[in-house]
Amino acid sequence: MFRNQYDTDVTTWSPAGRLFQVEYAMEAVKQGSAAIGLRSKTHVVLACVNKANSELSSHQKKIFKVDDHIGVAIAGLTADGRVLSRYMRSECINYGYTYESPLPVGRLVVQLADKAQVCTQRSWKRPYGVGLLVAGLDESGAHLYYNCPSGNYFEYQAFAIGSRSQAAKTYLERKFEKFTESSRDDLVKDALFAIRETLQGEKLTSAVCTIAVVGVGEAFNILDQKTVQALINEFEISGEEAPADESAPEQSGGAAPDQSGAAAEEEAAPMDI
Amino acid sequence: MPKEHANWSPYDNNGGTCVAIAGADYCVIAADTRMSTGYSILTRDYSKICKLADKSFMASSGFQADVKALQKVLSSRHLIYQHQHNKQMSCPAMAQLLSNTLYYKRFFPYYAFNVLGGLDSEGKGCVFTYDAVGSYERVGYSAQGSGATLITPFLDNQLKSPSPLLLPAKDAVTPLSEAEAVDLVKTCFSSATERDIYTGDSVEIIILNASGVRHESEQLRKD
Repeated sequence: MFRNQYDTDVTTWSPAGRLFQVEYAMEAVKQGSAAIGLRSKTHVVLACVNKANSELSSHQKKIFKVDDHIGVAIAGLTADGRVLSRYMRSECINYGYTYESPLPVGRLVVQLADKAQVCTQRSWKRPYGVGLLVAGLDESGAHLYYNCPSGNYFEYQAFAIGSRSQAAKTYLERKFEKFTESSRDDLVKDALFAIRETLQGEKLTSAVCTIAVVGVGEAFNILDQKTVQALINEFEISGEEAPADESAPEQSGGAAPDQSGAAAEEEAAPMDI
Repeated sequence: MPKEHANWSPYDNNGGTCVAIAGADYCVIAADTRMSTGYSILTRDYSKICKLADKSFMASSGFQADVKALQKVLSSRHLIYQHQHNKQMSCPAMAQLLSNTLYYKRFFPYYAFNVLGGLDSEGKGCVFTYDAVGSYERVGYSAQGSGATLITPFLDNQLKSPSPLLLPAKDAVTPLSEAEAVDLVKTCFSSATERDIYTGDSVEIIILNASGVRHESEQLRKD
């Protein structure tokens, strides 16, 4: 009821004790295209949906390498995301210069959160309109954090942000318990499945999604399109459900709405995954 | 009033010699591993060579604390470059960056005598030689450090065509083969070790070519 009166300024409280500008900033995150992250004990995978404005334009870059051991996926105002990525990179370089060791992920997300908080308490600023999924590896293991425009941050086993992320979250909620012990490849497959959930019927190809991995013995890297397409083909042909750990080669019978092209391969060969 | 002089200097000279030779499709960068102060030896096993980028190696003699600081600054700058451009810096670009970084401290210089070696964008060997404040030149070969005065005339004699003493400059690279160049470098160091007290112990040699990087090490006299 009072929203319009108390939402002009980020430094104005509403009678209910809310800062509407901050909440509007979180709305901006929900409007951005989906980004998801999941982690095991040794690896973290980030995936995001890359929607281009039109057929003529290039895709938005939504996953950034911050350092060899840290990467970030963003949803919302990508320009704000780029600026924050630059800040994160700079912090990592400065820490590495001073201490000759990689910046622990937990430290970086706190600095990021504090930076975001400043914008919620200055009348001449506005909150960053971007949510960040920070994936990283340090001495205490693999981590996945979500940084909010509000200045809050949380650690997650798996999370999804952006538009239609609820579908991905539902999928992840079903599967997350086995993520800790998952292998790197299973983690990537689960990420692709989660992304597919957000597409809701649209065909999943490597052109619309980006995947990045960081893990023990693997520096943060974004997988190239061919690798991603090969992985998509692998699990789409083998059936709709991600195979449970028993690696039973599921036939593609049952409801399999996205049989890609050349069908006729009803009896899929057992995939040795 | 005669001027009072400082009884403390921010600088020290840790000695040592660095050499680099550019070939048609390779580059050899070498430095001895002795670190000294005054007439004492601090360690016999210290590397003066730093990899700045995939195709750029810098060897520096002089005050090793300043050398270490310089190496760190350049490495951090290279990281920033990679984030912004999504690729490694080329050797000529790194050469300019090194020059600018040195001149930045024109009025409290890095006491570092540098030789930058690598492959240029065409895959040809390139060597850049510097003074302490960033004046630099692309040459076919160079030596810096305490043994430079002993090595340079020898290289001038052996590597006629890439010599900067020839006018007009004939070649930026030596026609020698990679193996011959490595052998020449070993000879340079053995000779310099004889007469320069600050050069010896062992020589660390880096050979850079299209297939990648190779390391060689050769023991030198320890006296």
